[in-house]
Amino acid sequence: MARRLPEGPAHVAPVQRIRLEYAKRGRLRFCSHRDFARAFERSLRRAEIPMSYSAGFHPHPKISYVGAAPTGVGSEAEYLEIALARRCEPEAIRAALDAVLPEGLDILRAVDVEDCPPGSLAEHMQASVWQLELAADPAVTAAAVARLLASESVLVERLTKDGVRSLDARAPIVSAEVSPEPGNDTRAILKLVVRQVTPTVRPDDVLTALRAVAGFAPSQPPKATRLAQGPVDDAGLVTDPLCTTELPVARAAIEH
Amino acid sequence: MSVTTSGDSLFDRLEPLLTQVSKPIQYVGGELNARTKDWDSARVRWALMYPDAYEVGLPNQGVQILYEVLNERADALAERTYAVWPDLEKLLRENGLPQFTVDGHRPIGAFDVFGISFSTELGYTNMLTALDLAGIPLHAADRDDSHPIVLAGGHAAFNPEPIADFVDAAVLGDGEQIVGAITDVIAAFKAEGSPGGRDELLTRLAETGGVYVPRFYDVEYFPAGDEGGAAAGQLASVRPNRDRVPARISKHTVMDLDAWPYPKTPLVPLAESVHERMSVEIFRGCTRGCRFCQAGMITRPVRERSIEGIGAMVEAGLNATGFEEVGLLSLSSADHSEIGPLAKQLADRYADSRVSLSLPSTRVDAFNIDLANEFSRNGRRSGLTFAPEGGSERLRRVINKMVSHQDLINTVTAAYSQGWRQVKLYFMCGLPTETDEDVLEIATMAQDVIRAGRQATGSRDIKATVSIGGFVPKPHTPFQWAAQAAPEVIDDRLRKLRAAINSEKSLGRNIGMRYHDGQPSLIEGLLSRGDRRVGAVIEQVWRDGARFDGWSEHFSYARWIAAAETALTPVGVSIDFFTTRERFADEVLPWDHLDSGLDKQWLWDDWQDALTGYEQDDCRWTPCFDCGVCPTMGTDIQIGPTGKTLLPLVSTGTPKAPWAVSTSVEP
Repeated sequence: MARRLPEGPAHVAPVQRIRLEYAKRGRLRFCSHRDFARAFERSLRRAEIPMSYSAGFHPHPKISYVGAAPTGVGSEAEYLEIALARRCEPEAIRAALDAVLPEGLDILRAVDVEDCPPGSLAEHMQASVWQLELAADPAVTAAAVARLLASESVLVERLTKDGVRSLDARAPIVSAEVSPEPGNDTRAILKLVVRQVTPTVRPDDVLTALRAVAGFAPSQPPKATRLAQGPVDDAGLVTDPLCTTELPVARAAIEH
Repeated sequence: MSVTTSGDSLFDRLEPLLTQVSKPIQYVGGELNARTKDWDSARVRWALMYPDAYEVGLPNQGVQILYEVLNERADALAERTYAVWPDLEKLLRENGLPQFTVDGHRPIGAFDVFGISFSTELGYTNMLTALDLAGIPLHAADRDDSHPIVLAGGHAAFNPEPIADFVDAAVLGDGEQIVGAITDVIAAFKAEGSPGGRDELLTRLAETGGVYVPRFYDVEYFPAGDEGGAAAGQLASVRPNRDRVPARISKHTVMDLDAWPYPKTPLVPLAESVHERMSVEIFRGCTRGCRFCQAGMITRPVRERSIEGIGAMVEAGLNATGFEEVGLLSLSSADHSEIGPLAKQLADRYADSRVSLSLPSTRVDAFNIDLANEFSRNGRRSGLTFAPEGGSERLRRVINKMVSHQDLINTVTAAYSQGWRQVKLYFMCGLPTETDEDVLEIATMAQDVIRAGRQATGSRDIKATVSIGGFVPKPHTPFQWAAQAAPEVIDDRLRKLRAAINSEKSLGRNIGMRYHDGQPSLIEGLLSRGDRRVGAVIEQVWRDGARFDGWSEHFSYARWIAAAETALTPVGVSIDFFTTRERFADEVLPWDHLDSGLDKQWLWDDWQDALTGYEQDDCRWTPCFDCGVCPTMGTDIQIGPTGKTLLPLVSTGTPKAPWAVSTSVEP
């Protein structure tokens, strides 16, 4: 049989890597990670980003994703890394991609890997700051959260594609604060700092744990958003994964 | 369920439900190139539905074209809706929320027209779910001036009689122009203050001659049982019941496809869909004359898009979408008069990009391999598909799809020796006059394909897949009179075929066989050639829980059979009456008053020719054989060659990408 070799554009080794920070907002919080990845790869083509591709009959652009927020959860702090075949100005890449992505998938920052702290992107993703908007009385919420924090471990079950998994939803929680929703004190806002563990403890696992320890049951499914993601310092603060200077992310989140 | 008539967005109320359903992205809209116009800016508002799941419905070209054509009009807006999965249906009912559009999340009940595009009859139950969720009465007769006009289109609308109770109107044929004409009628009617209400509006639509309003036609039947004699239970007549409507309703034909380059900006979903590519329709219609093919019969004549028009659409569409693959669509794409130059020039143009081109390949000849090679210059040569359709040469003469055994072997030999790894062969089972022997020849063919492939390549690692569908006789085809094969007959033949394929183990293990059982085909047959009495079956089965009948995991044959018995027994007919019964020459067919342009006598003669195995040529290359379409519809074949080439790409002056001016290019 005639053995054919790919005859397409020559394989070009990456000359630059860029880390991107992006947000998943509004109705696009319902897109899954696979949905995002497809949209992002199309946007690379539409924006004519000079990507570095893998070799072979079906070359793929070189993209590294890290721990994406679950489907239905918004985020102000998602990260990925792309490899380029030509050197580019990171800000030009950011603006070009942001212009072709649908509103709600917004590219917030682009930083050359050489300007980032050493280590892989995944290594920096040590903890996340989650915000949960709850249809529940703030005092009731605070009491439930206090009971959860007082527990040493709370096992919850989650249905995954591999079956039911059991995980400890308490241990990775670094901190949890409850406040009334601004302008509506019948609703609560829960802000969580959760350490990255395997398997990942997600906001819905924490809610399951709150139900288990305190019978906590908001009248509607909560609206959850990841506010920040990155290294966590000794004080339990999540810091900027793209920046070498120690910048507490709490500030970055407010700026968003 | 309450009727909602305001066009306000329901998104705030839907949002909490979306966290509880699978793949919520399919309900939020916001696709690339989607449009949401200001509600108050439009005089006529259309909700367009593809009655299947979003992942199937979004890529549908018909809906995308009409969505764009309507939204380009200043006085109109169009939004899309798709069938909601049972998990969301349940939540919508529990929360008192209606069927909604994915664009503006507006209730369907607030629109002027609810247009539903039926590619297949198996979407009928999903239409009932949508109507019910929307708070629109299921029966057209129960609707009032506050309800949208429920309008059916698509290929299945060439016999809308089974859904005549549920739709207010149906249109036949190409939609691009008729949606504009309907918009004009509605706009004028509303501007006059809606005199005479719903009845008058429907009458105005009907008197255009191009919109079928079932309620304006009375249907009579011969008595069922002994009293009806040989014609027992058959249609006796279909007659208009008012002055202002025509006796027959004509299909619509868009001439000059270059003037209708839609979709210009194809929708790009965030969610995964069944076709992750951009499609450009390179011609419409087909005169190959395959007798089983409804699409080929009802879309005549052939109208080609020019090579320049295709080149412009491909380029604009790629820029607007970022898709990596372009499909050149039509009923038989290799038949475009300039497909050779087109393939070469497109492959040249996109040689340096990662854009790939595809062509649904159905013709069995060497030319097709050349085309496929052109389209796969840089890509993997995985599979080629051919559709002989009938197992034996005798049967292929009956269906007028003449491919000799030797043609096929020569073609696959060429394919394998040029690096293609796998060949897929499509067939139908249950064709008129078919015997067990005809079907068993599929095994011989597949085994010869493997032998030829091994010989051509010197490798034993050759694969072929045989894919078989049950044949469903369709209206407006020469086989509209044929008896449909019973599911047991089809299942039995496929069992024998499988045994024959495996009889030679050394060959059989390289042959895959894919087929569906015969049961869904029988139901499709009931819905395809049914009359108005079948409406009661659809309503019954829907009330019994039928949804998503095109999905094997949702389809229940037993439920359909039970519903058919309940609904048809009282009127003295049965499912067999509509499916396995051969029709009489002089029988009134339920769609006789719907004019596809095809002359009924010509169809009958072609049916008789089929039975004697007489082949009919293609009128693109031989003289007109009087099928009737062109003189009836005032149309003509539009084909090249034009001798032109792809237009050069026009530079926009300023580079789009900011780094295009960068000088720091590195190896």
